[in-house]
Amino acid sequence: MNASHTPRIDVMRSQLGRARGLGSAKTGVDHWWLERMSAVALVPLSGWFVIQVLRLAGAEQQDVVEWGGKPVNASMLLALMVLTFYHMQLGLQVIIDDYVHGKAHLPASLLLKGAALLIGLFAVIAVLKLALAPSTKAGA
Amino acid sequence: MQDVRDALYIGHRSDGTLTRRPMSPHLQVYRFRLSMFLSIANRAAGVAAAAGSALGVCWLSAAAKGPESFKKVQKVTRNPLGKLALAGWTLALVYHFVAGLRHLAWDTGHRFEKKEINEDGPVAVGVTVGATLVLLASIFGVAACRSRKKKAS
Repeated sequence: MNASHTPRIDVMRSQLGRARGLGSAKTGVDHWWLERMSAVALVPLSGWFVIQVLRLAGAEQQDVVEWGGKPVNASMLLALMVLTFYHMQLGLQVIIDDYVHGKAHLPASLLLKGAALLIGLFAVIAVLKLALAPSTKAGA
Repeated sequence: MQDVRDALYIGHRSDGTLTRRPMSPHLQVYRFRLSMFLSIANRAAGVAAAAGSALGVCWLSAAAKGPESFKKVQKVTRNPLGKLALAGWTLALVYHFVAGLRHLAWDTGHRFEKKEINEDGPVAVGVTVGATLVLLASIFGVAACRSRKKKAS
């Protein structure tokens, strides 16, 4: 959708004629709905997170290990991480859809999905290690 | 013209050559409204919150890795610049939360009249600023108390 160059018609049939009568895009509702639902789930999880931040502000590593070793905290943290990065991916995808057009759209979307997946995995592994096998040795 | 979205943008001049019709008026044409700023600010806050969350994961993994990694992270979080980034992340999270709640209300058909949206905008700004300040004061206050207690013991 470059605004500058002179337009050229490659297909003789009118583009409006091609688009008319096709109906809606038929996809997208699931994306919108999952974005809302992950947002709703993140409301209580964020409240929990704020309380935990206040408990852990300025904490030393052994405090964090003790905190993360409790199953309730680890579960809530896992849910928070998974939903946060899922919601992040859905939201950033909309930004890509809005501003990235043409050939760049697919690689940008794939890059985002890959990055979100990796950060999410990294977060999950970090929580699991903190909960199950934290390192408290000074030399580690 | 390959893209169906071009359908209504391309027209013919009187000599028969093709031309691209002008797009509808863009940002600079409109008078500034708070709602337009709050709308784009929600998107920006979402991006900032995402970037901050990625850094938050680094904090988490450092805690899992061991005391030495955690000390390195503490160097960042106790640095004035680190604290500024933390404050920015908090602001972004709080605003994205507030604006998200407004969106959820709009989606259920509440407060979606023009008058109501214009009334709620300044409230959203006030709540965001207030909650961010309270939150930051509490976080830095708790952190300061903890380090003082540790020095005393």
